[in-house]
Amino acid sequence: MKVLVPVKRVVDYNIKPRVAADGSGVETQGVKMSMNPFDEIALEEALRLREKGQADEVVAVTIGAQVAQDVLRTAMAMGADRAILIQTDAEVEPRAVSSLLKAVVEKEQPGLVSMGKQAIDDDMNATGQMLAARLGWPQGTFASKVEIADGRVEVAREVDGGTETVSLSLPAVITADLRLNEPRYASLPNIMKARKKPLETIEAGSLGVDLTPHLKIVSVAEPPERKAGVIVETVEELVEKLKTEAKVI
Amino acid sequence: MTQPQSDNTAIEREEMAFDVVIVGGGPAGLTAAIRLKQENPDLSVCLLEKGSEVGAHIVSGAVLEPTTLAELFPDWKERGAPLDTPVSSEKLLFLTRKAALPVPALHLLMPQMDNRGNYVISLGAFCRWLGEQAEALGVEIYPGFAGADLFIENGRVCGIITGDMGVNRKGEEKPDYMPGMILRASQTILAEGARGSLSKKAMNTFDLRKGADPQTFGLGIKEVWEIPAEKHRPGFVQHSFGWPLDTHTYGGAFLYHFGKNLVSYGFITALDYRNPWLSPFEEMQRTKQHPAFREHFEGGRRIIYGARAISEGGVQSLPHPVFPGGVLTGDCAGFLNMPKIKGIHTSMKSGIIAAEAVMDAIQNEQAEASSYMDRLKSSWLWKELHAARNIRPAFSHWGMLGGALYSGIDSMIFRGQAPWTLRHRHADNETMIPAEKAPKISYPKADGTLTFNRAESVFLSNLSHDEDQPVHLKVQDMATWKEVNLTRFAAPESRYCPAGVYETSETDELVINAQNCVHCKSCDIKDPDQNITWCTPEGSSGPNYPSGM
Amino acid sequence: MTALVLIEAENGRIRQGSRSAVAAASRFGDVDALLLGKAGTEAASKLPGIRKVLHVPALDHALAEPAAALLASLAESYSHILSAASSTGKNILPRLAGLLDAQPISDVVAIKDDATFVRPIYAGNALATVQSSDSIKIMTVRSSSFDPVEEEGGSAPIDVLDAPADDGKSSFVKLEQSQSDRPELEVARVVISGGKGLKDASNFHTLLEPVADKLGAAIGASRAAVDSGFAPNEMQVGQTGKVVAPELYIATGLSGAIQHLAGMKDSRVIVAINIDPEAPIFKVADYGMVGDLFELLPALEKAL
Repeated sequence: MKVLVPVKRVVDYNIKPRVAADGSGVETQGVKMSMNPFDEIALEEALRLREKGQADEVVAVTIGAQVAQDVLRTAMAMGADRAILIQTDAEVEPRAVSSLLKAVVEKEQPGLVSMGKQAIDDDMNATGQMLAARLGWPQGTFASKVEIADGRVEVAREVDGGTETVSLSLPAVITADLRLNEPRYASLPNIMKARKKPLETIEAGSLGVDLTPHLKIVSVAEPPERKAGVIVETVEELVEKLKTEAKVI
Repeated sequence: MTQPQSDNTAIEREEMAFDVVIVGGGPAGLTAAIRLKQENPDLSVCLLEKGSEVGAHIVSGAVLEPTTLAELFPDWKERGAPLDTPVSSEKLLFLTRKAALPVPALHLLMPQMDNRGNYVISLGAFCRWLGEQAEALGVEIYPGFAGADLFIENGRVCGIITGDMGVNRKGEEKPDYMPGMILRASQTILAEGARGSLSKKAMNTFDLRKGADPQTFGLGIKEVWEIPAEKHRPGFVQHSFGWPLDTHTYGGAFLYHFGKNLVSYGFITALDYRNPWLSPFEEMQRTKQHPAFREHFEGGRRIIYGARAISEGGVQSLPHPVFPGGVLTGDCAGFLNMPKIKGIHTSMKSGIIAAEAVMDAIQNEQAEASSYMDRLKSSWLWKELHAARNIRPAFSHWGMLGGALYSGIDSMIFRGQAPWTLRHRHADNETMIPAEKAPKISYPKADGTLTFNRAESVFLSNLSHDEDQPVHLKVQDMATWKEVNLTRFAAPESRYCPAGVYETSETDELVINAQNCVHCKSCDIKDPDQNITWCTPEGSSGPNYPSGM
Repeated sequence: MTALVLIEAENGRIRQGSRSAVAAASRFGDVDALLLGKAGTEAASKLPGIRKVLHVPALDHALAEPAAALLASLAESYSHILSAASSTGKNILPRLAGLLDAQPISDVVAIKDDATFVRPIYAGNALATVQSSDSIKIMTVRSSSFDPVEEEGGSAPIDVLDAPADDGKSSFVKLEQSQSDRPELEVARVVISGGKGLKDASNFHTLLEPVADKLGAAIGASRAAVDSGFAPNEMQVGQTGKVVAPELYIATGLSGAIQHLAGMKDSRVIVAINIDPEAPIFKVADYGMVGDLFELLPALEKAL
């Protein structure tokens, strides 16, 4: 079975995002970019499936400009066998991304798509579900455990208040949550070797997908700063205010 | 005598061999890499950078004198080098508490401070650009990996060992443990910047400092502000000396307008200061309140904070820069020209010369790149450093005003050719007087708009640091810390560290917040008993300074 | 314009997040509610401001595949389709968007007009105002941003619908409720955190746990407390620890260094208890108490 792992290049997790002074967005120029952390987890899961003998090939794919190759190199340094860059300079939203990925899935025919539950830049949490819908495949979102047996995959999902387990026929889409696994480092020897792994580039335009955004960003602002509230004198007053004013207890 | 050995030879490690391994992706290392490939494209050149990417640990003013860049790439403009802001006007101010007196006829009185023809740049962006040029020439650059140790065989450096990954705080292996790798090299170029940890090891192992004056350092602390467009004056350059430092402390502030409505503001405090109560961070903060600086920040917001030590000693303090199997370049050797407050063009020049010497050595199959020293001495770099050599020590000898006076005389009358050389007499860790004999300094409280505390500041360094790794600031002996640092000097590390790494607990224990470290190296330099050693943490740890800042 | 809200029931009641989504939906016009599974019919019909309840008793586990297919078959009649930004809503609605070739809008925190919404990006470090050109707008809404409608007051009629045919591609296996009495830090509705002011590890147990028990709260710690060995690493809240955004965050004996604030500043209500009136935590706290936590915490436990 082949596992396809879509990965996104995002502003590095350690960088404090800074809203551009003109309100057009968050500054990304000159900022360190990395693979979306949830995608690292999804990739790690795919690699573990391969190591367990349940998958025979792991293919990483990303969508973006030429520079987005760097996350594919990272993916291959972590262990992906090969990688595909869907090249476009356009800003793409999950709607377009899921269409482009569908085209890749149709070409590659993977048995499983393993991807992050959301990207830490737009926090949309939609691409995996949309891809599954477009393919007519079942989905196992927010996965904290993945087990493959007898042509089906059992996915433990992190849901409000507990863990739900679903059984899905293959092929399927799973989206990784934080606790699925602890992704490995890309070691220096593996980074060196990854330079020689195959990286295919496909022009996004050749896939016949409409990339026009349906969601226009009007403006981006910093969230309002919290202001100091009131000082209360007694615990009784505090409890009273939490009950009647804030309504949190 | 026993042969020098690596500490890390017991573990089985993967190996990879290159002609040249370079440690450090700053101006010196990148320039050396580029020159190697320009001259001999067949050489395999590997460059390691401990930051998460090239430029991530680069923090500097900076005003660039483009001379060396033109030697490296005569077509740098066509190649799109990010030199976007020519210096447009310049001031050098002597500050008193309330007033600012401009030094007149700067280019005559202090010709080294004349910045006409220079550029205000983002050194981070510049290094990223150099990195692209190097990769295009075939240099293999590996960011996120620290050179943790020299790899020494039979008394010769044969490359380096990268840091282990996945070791927990107690020093035990985690499930994702990954031992460091041996990168073998015919020649190793150390380009780690001031007080590099492998450079320090090389100097000690091969006794490279013999006959040299002690190195003396400065701590540069910098902020980048974004200011309203109508107040931005691209290319405006201002330096100051005087207030708020005492007369025994060398240093001052810089302020440059550059880029897109950005202002780079910083303060350099020489680490041979005497008063243990002094806090370079607070000196930097309070200088912003001076009318000559304050106006530049009004209506702006601070977006980046960082700090780094620089070498100030000049030519007297240079170690012998050659050892079996490698060379020292850039600021880890100490090629910075302090009176000019510039080290980029000199670092780059040392990188070019080192590359040429290293190629000689490889071609002739010599262990030592012995032509390095001769090549240095016959270069403009040596002349420049030699001419500047007496100015920095004059300030240590005669204080701020005496130093300034001497500096004028040295430049105007002797033009740097005085028949004497002033020495650096003390290493920076030897200069403090006991706390009880030194006047306490009361610094104003941070106001949260112009001045800030350390924690808020370090927040803007975009630090990344896995907490579950060994503390990379190693204190050899806590009893010594109590006796010397705490009792004698009232815990000076809690003040000189610009990142708030060191605290003294209520029970008088030393608390080390290693995850705050911005890799400036001041503790390694200034600790009175040299009891603190800065080691490389896991690769990719430390600040993430964005490009263009 | 008419909006459809996917609502969720729990123990015979409609969840607060769903009631917030109903409140948000009422900005667009009439509101219909869609309830999946057998439970909660009565509660659904009692929600105020609902035109009718569409009830699909057969879809007991709200699996995304049939739920999205069903929604797609209903979609044409609606201008907006909403749900809470819950794990159910986030599972189903983007799949619906995929079926309709629309771009979903996740985690809406404010509605500017019928097509313009505000949503957090970059983990709440920025707020984006976005405008949708889809003919049917599909969105999940943050419950903390919309006051929920009351639980009772309405009497909407109930239309029972059949579920789409099961294609066997997905099936429910089991649901394990979180067993621990103490919720996990990242998902807890209430978090109480201690800092160095607690003085030692035993005080984390004797002072914080009783209050946490009363509130069903998770317990967190500042980095200084973790460094001092008062609490284990996994309890650390902050820039290098866990980032939490509960309904209520109670900070005790911690000063509120910016690195800690980075891990909890998105909490809806912040309470600070500290002996130092100058502590920066008070600058972000909705309710502050200055005093000795060794007295205040036991008193708080009694008052709850």
